[in-house]
Amino acid sequence: MKQFDYVRPATVAEAVAAAAQPGAAYLAAGTNLLDLMKGGVSRPDRLVDVTHLDGLDQIECLADGGVRIGALVSNADLAHDAHFAKSYPAVAEALLSGASAQLRNAATIGGNLLQRTRCAYFYDAASRCNKREAGSGCDARDGENRTHAVLGWSENCIATHPSDFCVPLVALDAVVEIEGRNGRREIALDELHRLPGNTPERESALEPGDLIVAVRLPAAARGFAAHARYLKVRDRTSYAFAVVSAAAALQIENGKIVEARLALGGVAAKPWRARAAEDVLRNVAPTADAFQETAWRALTDAKPSGDNAFKIELARRIVVRALSLAAAGTPARIAALPASPFASTSGAIHARA
Amino acid sequence: MNHSISLTVNGARREFVLDDPRVTLLDLLRERLHLTGTKMGCDRGQCGACTILVDGKRINSCLALAISHDGADILTIEGVARGDQLHPVQAAFIAHDGFQCGFCTPGQIMSAIGMMSEAQAGNDPERIRECMSGNLCRCGAYAGIVDAVLDAQASMDESNQRCSVRGAPHEAI
Repeated sequence: MKQFDYVRPATVAEAVAAAAQPGAAYLAAGTNLLDLMKGGVSRPDRLVDVTHLDGLDQIECLADGGVRIGALVSNADLAHDAHFAKSYPAVAEALLSGASAQLRNAATIGGNLLQRTRCAYFYDAASRCNKREAGSGCDARDGENRTHAVLGWSENCIATHPSDFCVPLVALDAVVEIEGRNGRREIALDELHRLPGNTPERESALEPGDLIVAVRLPAAARGFAAHARYLKVRDRTSYAFAVVSAAAALQIENGKIVEARLALGGVAAKPWRARAAEDVLRNVAPTADAFQETAWRALTDAKPSGDNAFKIELARRIVVRALSLAAAGTPARIAALPASPFASTSGAIHARA
Repeated sequence: MNHSISLTVNGARREFVLDDPRVTLLDLLRERLHLTGTKMGCDRGQCGACTILVDGKRINSCLALAISHDGADILTIEGVARGDQLHPVQAAFIAHDGFQCGFCTPGQIMSAIGMMSEAQAGNDPERIRECMSGNLCRCGAYAGIVDAVLDAQASMDESNQRCSVRGAPHEAI
């Protein structure tokens, strides 16, 4: 690991000033950053430790019915907050389907948004990677790429964003609060992550010094609580990143869907909101046919970036199944295997002691 | 530049001067305090061998910078027994052959202790497997590990019940 200076600011303003310097990076739990630094993938000159800042670790119910999640709230604390999990069950399910219990205890929700891709070529400092070193090339393009992107990729980069948490968040119109050199601003989560295009090294809309201080969910997001699920296919049942995942949320009145939300994970460099597909479901009954059509619409623009054409059909099936699960209703308790396709038949399929 | 931090480790308050901010909690425990029960497996947060409790919560100590945890309360495998009396989870791992080579065991036990205080798994083997998925065992002693956790959970539930019948306070893990 490269040597770095350690800075512990006392206020958010101090943090922003310290992190605006070239070569600086924010440190929260470090569960992704330390791993990247140990591998020489991230080489910051200065770490600005925000974990001792006050006031960033609260889950607040807002007067307008929304919720504000401080950036330093841990994944575990948010998922296990009973009121939050009841109001936004797909978000809690997504959080609990990610990483391990140890990592969820440490990792913060702000850090989750800004975690880096798990593309093996990004992680391997000896490989060419346009994201790690602009203009160097992309070894994933002709490499082991079965888990890479099928939507929104470019010739320069086929990496995916690995977050589970972001998938239901983007479906539910989450907003990110940012403190920067010019004060506070907020953007839709959907606008935080960038598609690679010709500049895969620019991953987000953040500017130097920008600090995510909170994520907000609007009051309307609670309207889906009765029919909201996250479904995630992994190479192993637990402690693995998504090959493909989907968050599905429905509002059903008198047998018809009045509003639908759908987002996909593991398919693109950002959590992929499928707005056109949502339109298919407006004012129709929640039927298998409608869900099939929705799935086809969601993947209309998908194309393989390598040995991953299977992900397109897999994504269609995951969309249908997530919507079917959502229509059946949010379970009272999250399954033993959160978001797993094996959850309902776990006894038969999963190894038993 | 030197940085001074203080930590409470297994109940004792300790002061440290770090001449390098790159020291992880794992490095510090093993190399400064010679508490080598906490193991370095992958050193990348993938195996769980380095699991410790920080402020009561299980985390991977290999991915935690010591300097950032100034003021934290740390519990390692060396701190869970009371003299010669093993922690119920330790005793259950022995009773159920919850290990073969033993390298992952301190992490497994610390993770199990953390999991019990999280109170998400109860006595459901499937939930225990899921909640313990951050601890790998290359010997494949998983069946014994799950049995040990179930047994420890049951004996601790029982002793807590006895405590509450007597009106005694619930003893912290």
